[in-house]
Parts: sequence; structure tokens; C-alpha cells
Amino acid sequence: MNHCPCFFRLKKGHGGSFRFLSQPIFWISDLQLPRRGPGGGRHQPIRVWVHPPRRNRTSGLSPASLGAGRGLGAKPAAATSRRRKNMAGAAGPGTGAGAAGGDGDDSLYPIAVLIDELRNEDVQLRLNSIKKLSTIALALGVERTRTELLPFLTDTIYDEDEVLLALAEQLGNFTGLVGGPDFAHCLLPPLESLATVEETVVRDKAVESLRQISQEHTSVALEAHFVPLVKRLASGDWFTSRTSACGLFSVCYPRASNAIKAEIRQHFRSLCSDDTPMVRRAAAAKLGEFAKVLELDSVKSEIVPLFTNLASDEQDSVRLLAVEACVSIAQLLSQEDLEALVMPILRQAAEDKSWRVRYMVADKFSELQKAVGPKITQDDLIPAFQNLLKDCEAEVRAAAAHKVKELCENLPIEGRETIIMDQILPFIKELVSDTNQHVKSALASVIMGLSTILGKENTIEHLLPLFLAQLKDECPEVRLNIISNLDCVNEVIGIRQLSQSLLPAIVELAEDAKWRVRLAIIEYMPLLAGQLGVEFFDEKLNSLCMAWLVDHVYAIREAATNNLMKLVQKFGIEWAQNTIVPKVLVMANDPNYLHRMTTLFCINVLSEACGQEITTKQMLPIVLKMAGDQVANVRFNVAKSLQKIGPILDTDALQEEVKPVLQKLGQDEDMDVKYFAQEAMSVVVQRLRKLDLPVKDCDEPSAPGADKNHFLRPRGPGEDAGKEGAAVRGGQSPCRAQVERLESSEASYILVAGSVAPNVPSSSSSLS
Amino acid sequence: MDSVSDLKSKEIKRATLNELVEYVSTNRGVIVESAYSDIVKMISANIFRTLPPSDNPDFDPEEDEPTLEASWPHIQLVYEFFLRFLESPDFQPSIAKRYIDQKFVQQLLELFDSEDPRERDFLKTVLHRIYGKFLGLRAFIRKQINNIFLRFIYETEHFNGVAELLEILGSIINGFALPLKAEHKQFLMKVLIPMHTAKGLALFHAQLAYCVVQFLEKDTTLTEPVIRGLLKFWPKTCSQKEVMFLGEIEEILDVIEPTQFKKIEEPLFKQISKCVSSSHFQVAERALYFWNNEYILSLIEENIDKILPIMFGSLYKISKEHWNPTIVALVYNVLKTLMEMNGKLFDDLTSSYKAERQREKKKELEREELWKKLEELKLKKALEKQNSAYNMHSILSNTNDE
Repeated sequence: MNHCPCFFRLKKGHGGSFRFLSQPIFWISDLQLPRRGPGGGRHQPIRVWVHPPRRNRTSGLSPASLGAGRGLGAKPAAATSRRRKNMAGAAGPGTGAGAAGGDGDDSLYPIAVLIDELRNEDVQLRLNSIKKLSTIALALGVERTRTELLPFLTDTIYDEDEVLLALAEQLGNFTGLVGGPDFAHCLLPPLESLATVEETVVRDKAVESLRQISQEHTSVALEAHFVPLVKRLASGDWFTSRTSACGLFSVCYPRASNAIKAEIRQHFRSLCSDDTPMVRRAAAAKLGEFAKVLELDSVKSEIVPLFTNLASDEQDSVRLLAVEACVSIAQLLSQEDLEALVMPILRQAAEDKSWRVRYMVADKFSELQKAVGPKITQDDLIPAFQNLLKDCEAEVRAAAAHKVKELCENLPIEGRETIIMDQILPFIKELVSDTNQHVKSALASVIMGLSTILGKENTIEHLLPLFLAQLKDECPEVRLNIISNLDCVNEVIGIRQLSQSLLPAIVELAEDAKWRVRLAIIEYMPLLAGQLGVEFFDEKLNSLCMAWLVDHVYAIREAATNNLMKLVQKFGIEWAQNTIVPKVLVMANDPNYLHRMTTLFCINVLSEACGQEITTKQMLPIVLKMAGDQVANVRFNVAKSLQKIGPILDTDALQEEVKPVLQKLGQDEDMDVKYFAQEAMSVVVQRLRKLDLPVKDCDEPSAPGADKNHFLRPRGPGEDAGKEGAAVRGGQSPCRAQVERLESSEASYILVAGSVAPNVPSSSSSLS
Repeated sequence: MDSVSDLKSKEIKRATLNELVEYVSTNRGVIVESAYSDIVKMISANIFRTLPPSDNPDFDPEEDEPTLEASWPHIQLVYEFFLRFLESPDFQPSIAKRYIDQKFVQQLLELFDSEDPRERDFLKTVLHRIYGKFLGLRAFIRKQINNIFLRFIYETEHFNGVAELLEILGSIINGFALPLKAEHKQFLMKVLIPMHTAKGLALFHAQLAYCVVQFLEKDTTLTEPVIRGLLKFWPKTCSQKEVMFLGEIEEILDVIEPTQFKKIEEPLFKQISKCVSSSHFQVAERALYFWNNEYILSLIEENIDKILPIMFGSLYKISKEHWNPTIVALVYNVLKTLMEMNGKLFDDLTSSYKAERQREKKKELEREELWKKLEELKLKKALEKQNSAYNMHSILSNTNDE
């Protein structure tokens, strides 16, 4: 239900212009804490590295923001710069003593870095440093993590939500870093603050981490530190802390003493009747979980009344959460108690005036069914389900339709058939011609599953007409859902019964104007092929599969290529050789270069399935011939194909046929062709070398290793290699730009290669 | 409720309602005590209902046509009647409050989620009248609106009536007594400001900005937290929202006191400096328009020593490299204005510009170096730990996750 509304905001905050926050607190004074234990005196007090936050960070993503936010006038105070100098002497890079890394200096290092980074104006950099918190803690050692790092973090909790989210997540795994379970409570103060912030995502993460840590507490520490925290949160002023508290009761209750348990229950009770609906929602959401850890008596005496209240809350958003809790509570009670305490409320929920509540009942129907057992299901739930199937809101009907199969499966086998035939099927028949397509498509996605339950005769007599009607439905989604579940029916009655209706449906979907529909039907082709058999397939469907190869949408051509491979795996090499391969190879002469490339893509996936012989004899010559294609895209795809099929070929073919062609392509005038030829060459050479064959020309200047560097080096540290590559390619021929967009894999390769390279020189140069 | 069946009865109902509306608005002394209960009952029975799910699950209020209420022909008359009833000179809140209670208002507020703008418009007027006439319900109404907004911001991000509710609040804030109660300040900081993060901000930004400015006109000391709040939630990727934020900042600057301005000028102008150099020309343009505002200009001039160093870098840079000629022209004007304000400082900044950038590049390298050393240190420590037979296995696996 409660999707975090701000998730996107959090996710997308990595580029573009930044919002910047009020600065984290600056610690001008030395951060010095008393230290005990052996070697304590050895450390120097930590000097906080104070200098004005750095300006002018480029984000990399937005070159346009370069230079934004420069503050040329901000001059560090005299004291500040002095301290900074000290620090540089102690730990800064590039200065003699610091770089030598004496023991005392090392220990200053991590926290200085962290603090410096946490102040950075660039959110991304602050985020990076928080994400490396465990590195910092590990370097600091457990004691200093506890005495210095954690207090620092507790005080800096005043940052952008994204940073806080990362912090909340990190702290959940911190127990080992602060010295194990005995010290786990040190992590509570920062997490407590995080559990009270406004942003839901941060709060939820903090609660998650708290729950994790609670398990690592000793029983004593749990009562001494964790429970008081829960109580503080539960009685917080602002609703955020109270909502967070709701998620913590169930983790501390089982291990608390009886007196404390009573207090915890008391707190939970008051949150269930909080006057902020947000808190009641949180409590209702956790009611089931809490009920599970309570003693049965308390469940009856306390949880049930709370449940009753929440289920009749004035806000439907609270009532619907009570339905969820109902599942857990029902599992705990005896049939008698269920009937007396829970069922009246569940009946009421199934007829709630708000469709959201009814939707929830439909959505949780299988869980409810399992929780209340067969008797109540038959008496109460089946009639309720019938009502949901004919609800006035389509949302509710669709949710109920989704559950039809599960409901039927979970009925007791004895008498199941009668119940389904008499009490469920009539309603399903109605739904097949529902006015709402979501309802029909929900039903279509599960209805085939009924055939296994009802057996052959009933399926043929009652279900088959429904399937056939749905195969003719005007909405493609309905038809697709039927086709995608054909396997269920196949087991029971065999697919022949359907094939006459199936074929027109498939053909129509295969030619649908929406490419996503076409894509979906392609995905089911291997399945259909398996069930219809090779003859039927060759006769009716083969031509469709070939037609997709020249579809005008790349995604379809790509899917069609993969489809061929799966078909070959199903029908075998011989079939491939006779029916598929010739047709694919003919396309190598197509006037449209996109179709010529499709040949290459097909060869890439088919070669493996077809084996060495076909690949060498039939495919390789075609690929080699295409090396002379006039379109560069085709040529560099030849190089890629050769690299791909290389492992399947024998060494003679590699040495005699592939290598010369790659060498020629390596001299191509187009830089991309050159690049991929050299890539392929390096793989081929490696393979030949592995096979211990003499490699004559590996020392030539055009040897792949050297050339690769040569190719990458011009993209200097500051440049975006990916962009540059794209720009160059885009500039050469307009039609290629179009293809490049589709072939993102190469672009990302270059990007990776380019971004690795700059690190190499910088490691040595900046230190001296 | 089928809108096409039973047309005859529907027509009778409509005629009767019409008659009622006519009756209460033309006659005096007809609203007698005994009628209140029935009137409220009739209204409740007709307008209170669970709103149906939207026909269009991906309903985008900015793009799509709203689904109109099928039963509007008679619901409209009920609203009409309700309004006449509330506005009638005979209407006595002291009697009505027995029937128009918290539960009633609660249900009324839920209706603001209606997709039909006509219904929301009626609701707006109705709620405003109720807020005006029922003093006892005021705090409750504010609190419920508060809850609706919080749910909107942090849970569902969907509520159709936000703009209408804000409009009502706009007029309420105006009447707050001074000094402002803590409750009102909390509402501003914890509800109105975070509302700026909503995805559909465009739908209610005008009303929201109006509320914020109303608060600031009431109490100028709120300026600093409000501006810092806006800066915290400044849009990162949505240029359209960024333009709205800039508009709101200008509205705030229009009423700001010079002493308050001094408190926020640094963070604020850092943001403006980023906006000015935005590659989206509308954002840059909107920010540069600040320099057309006389009052803002006078504030800048007073604090030129602080502001010029913040703005200089980006202005200088875009004057050289922005793709959009209009922006470049605007920037030249702005630079000229700033230069006239303090020529000497301007010259100093120009001459130190290059050196400054060099220094920043160097710092960048230093930072990378720091992390590398830290990484080594971690490895070293981890080795030490392992040697001392301390089982760090779990921790290492934690850190390796990154």
C-alpha cells in the first residue's frame, strides 16, 4: 500500500543541479575524547580538519554545473588554516611524513577523511563517504569507532535524506565494527535520531536496522538500552517517532521480562488509538506481527479488542490494514474463538462501504482462507468470495478473479469439485464477458489452472468454451494470458482441442500493431512449439518466426533471434540445418543493412546450438564475406561475430580464415571497426596461444594489447569516453547513430574501459 | 448507483431539490430548529460516499481529463442547497453544531479527493463557511487538513484536493493571531515546506507559495528557516519545479526584511548561482530575472561584498560557455550591474579566477589520494586482525558488500 512517495526523488538525486542543505555542524574544536585501555595514550587527539567546504565539484553527470557555487571570497580563518597545516603535516597526502604513514598518523587518517568528506558541499561526495563508513570504522578499530566515530555521527545527523538513508543502512551492519554484541547498544543513539526524521524511506531503513541490531543485543542490554528507546519513540511528540516505534515492539517483546512486557503492551495499545491516522496505520500494519509474539491470553484479551477497533476505524486506510492483521490473528486462535471474535469483523470487512477495504479482502483471500481453515471457508468465505466476484468496482472484481485458482486449489479435495462447479464456476462464466479488461485479463491469467483441478471431462465441457471465448477477446492481454498458460491445459486435455482456435489468435497477436504485444507472443513461441510439435509448427508458425526477423522494431528482431536459438534447442540440429539456417543466411544479401546485421546476430546465437560443423561450413563463409560490406556497422558486427563464434571453430579455420579477415578489419578506416576487430583478434590469438600454436605476428605493433591501449589512451582522464565515442560515430553516418542506440553494450564497454584508464597515471603522479 | 436507470425517479428528485434550493434562498424564517437534523441527514445521505477508484489508474492531473461525477446533476443541487443553508441569515451555528460535528467534517474533508473539479470547488466554499461559522471546529479542521497533507507527502502522494485545501488555508493564515502559536509554526515547517517535494507540485504551487508568503508576512523571523527548508528540498532534476522554486523565492524576497536577508544570503545565493548556470535555459533565465527586481537589486547592492564572490564564478563561466545566446546576453547585463556595484572587488575576482580553479583541481586529486590510502589502511588493519586470530570474517564480508 504505502509506496514511498519520495522514492523517486531519492533515487534521481545523483546528477543535475544539487539542492544543498544547511551545512552539517562544523566542529571547530578538537574532537578529543578520553580514551582508556592499552595504547590509549599513544594516539594523538583527533584534530578535526577544518577548512571551508570545498567548492566547485563537478558531478561528472552535469558538465554544465562546473564552476557553480564558487565562493572565491570565503577565506578560512587564520586559526583554521593553521590547523589545516598541522593536519596536512600529520596526515595529508603528498607531504613526506604523512605519506610515510607512521602508526600514529594512520590512526588519524580515517576520521579526518570522513569528517572532511562529510562536510563537502557535493551531496554525492558526502554520500560516498557514508557508504564507506565500514571501511572507516574498520580502519579506526572498535574502540575509537565507539568513542569517536559514533558520537560524531550522532551529532551530524542533519543532512540530506539521501545521506541519512545510507547512514541508516550502514549502521544496521555495524555490530561487529563496534566490538560485537556487548557494545551493540552504542549504535542506538544515531539510529534513534534517524527513526524520527520526516522522510519515510529513511525512517523505515532506520527501523529495519534497529530490528536487526535488537537481535544482537544481550537480554540485559535489551532491557537496559533497547526497550527504553522503544518507549521514548512511542511517546514522542511528533508522529514520526511514534510510527517508527510500532515496528520495534515485536522484536523486543519476546525477550523482555514480564513487567516490561506489560509496559510494552500498554504502549502498543495507546498507539493503536493514537489520534494521528499515520500512527494508527503504522500500528495496524504491525498488529499481526505483534500478535504472533504475544501469549495466547494476551492475544485474546488485548489484541482482539485492538483489532476490532482498528477494523472499524473511521478511515478506510486503517481498516484495510486490519484485514492484513486478520490473517495473522486468525492463525493464532482456535476455531471457536475465531468464530466468535474474528469472523464478525471479517464478514463486515468483506462488505465494507469502502472498495479499498473490499479490495484488500479479495487480495488477501488465499491467506485468509488458509488461516481460518476449511470449515469457515465453506460457510463464510465462499459466499463472501461470490460477492467479491460480482462487486460493483472493477478493481475488487479483478483482485478476486486473480485468486480464483488459488482458492480452488486450497479447498479440501473432498467435495472440491462440487463446490467449484456449483458455487464458483457460474460466477467465473459471468466474468469472461466482464466490461472491464483488467478483470478479464486477471481471470485469463489463472483460469487455465482450473483444468488440472477439475479434470478432463469438466474441462472439455465447461472450461473449454470459456478458453475459446477468451482467445477471441478483443483485448490482446487477455489472449496473451491464455496462451501463456497453455501448458496447464495441455496436461489435461492436450492442446489439439484448442489448436484450431489458437492459430488465428496467435497470428493476430503476431501481427499486432503494438510491438510489445508482438514481443510477448514471441516469448511464448518456444513453449508453443514444444506443445504443438514440429509438424504443426513448420506448417503454421515457422513463417511467422522468420517474419519477425525483419520486423522494423529492433527489440522484436532481437527477440526473434533468441527465439530461433530456443527453437533449435527444442527441435535439434537437423531441423535447424533444413529449415532455419538457409533462410537466415539468405538475408546476408538483403539490401537493407539492418537485415544483414540480423543474419550476424542470428549466427551469434545459433552457432553454439548448431555446433562446429554447421558453423564452419555454412555460417563462417557468409560472415567472412560480409567483412567487405560497405556499411561500417555491418563490418564491426562481423568482427564481433567472429569473436563470438571463435570458440566453436577449430584452429585451422581460426588461423587460416578468421585471422586474415580480422587483420584486414584491424586496418579499417573506421575507428569502431578497427576497435572491435582488435578486440576479436586478441580473443582469437589468446585461444590459439592456449592451444599451443605458434603465433607469428603477436609481437607486431598492431598486436591487440598494444593497440587497445593506443585506442583508449586519447580519452584522457577528464573526458567522457562514452560520449566521445558516440559523438564520433554519430557524426559519420546518420543511419548508424540509430543502430548505436540499440547496441548499448558496446558503448558501455568503452565507458568502462575509459573510466578505468585515468586511474593509472593519477596514482603515481599526485603523491610526489 | 447507475446513472442511466430509473430516469423518471431521478427527474423527480432533481425537481424537488431545485424546489428546496429555491425555497431556502427566497424565503425568510424557514430554517426552523426542527429542520436542522433532517437537512443535515439529507445532505449526508447524498454527498458522503466512498469515492470510486479512478478510471485511469495512471491519472495525471496535468495531462488527463478528470473523470466527472456521474451523479452530478443531483449532487450539485445538494451542494447548492447546503451552501444556501449555511449562508442563510436565519442559519444558527449554535443549533447546527449538534449535527455538523467532527465526524461530519471528517467525511466532508475526505470528499476533497474527488476527481471532479466542480465538486471540489463547492466543497471549498462549503468548508470555508463552516470554518468561519463553527469556532469549535476550527482546530479540528486544521488538524485534519494537516493529516491529509502529511499522508499526501509521505504515504500516497495522491490527493486531488490539495490546491483547494491550500486555498482555504491561505485565507485562514491571514487571520492568525500574533504571536503565532507553535502549532502554526510547526504546520509551516513540517507540512507546508515538505509539500514542495511532491511530484505534482505544479498543480498547487501557486496556492502553496501564497500560504508560505502569508506566514512570512505575519512573522518575519520565519524567513530563515523557510528559505533553508526550501533550499533543502531544492529540486535536483526537475527543471519545471526549479523554475517554480525560483518564483517562490522571488515572492519571498519581495517581502523580506534586510536583516533577515543577511541571514540567508550565503546559502541562498549559492543556490541561485547554481541555477544561473543551469544548462536548462528556463531555469537560468528565471534566476537571472531576479536582477530585474528593484528591491532584490537594492538588497544585493547592500551586500555586494558577500554576494559577488559567490556569484562571480558561475556568471563568469556562463558568460563564456552557455549555449543559449539570450542567457549570455542576460549574464552580461548582470555582470555589468555587479561590476558597477563594486568595481574593485570585481577586478580582484577576475584576476584570481584562474588560480582558484587550479587550486580546486588539485584538491580533487588530493581527495582521491586520501581514499586510496584509507583503502590500504583498511586492508592493513584487516590483516593485523586476522593475524591476531580475531575472527573478523563477518565484518569483512560486510565491508565487501559495497
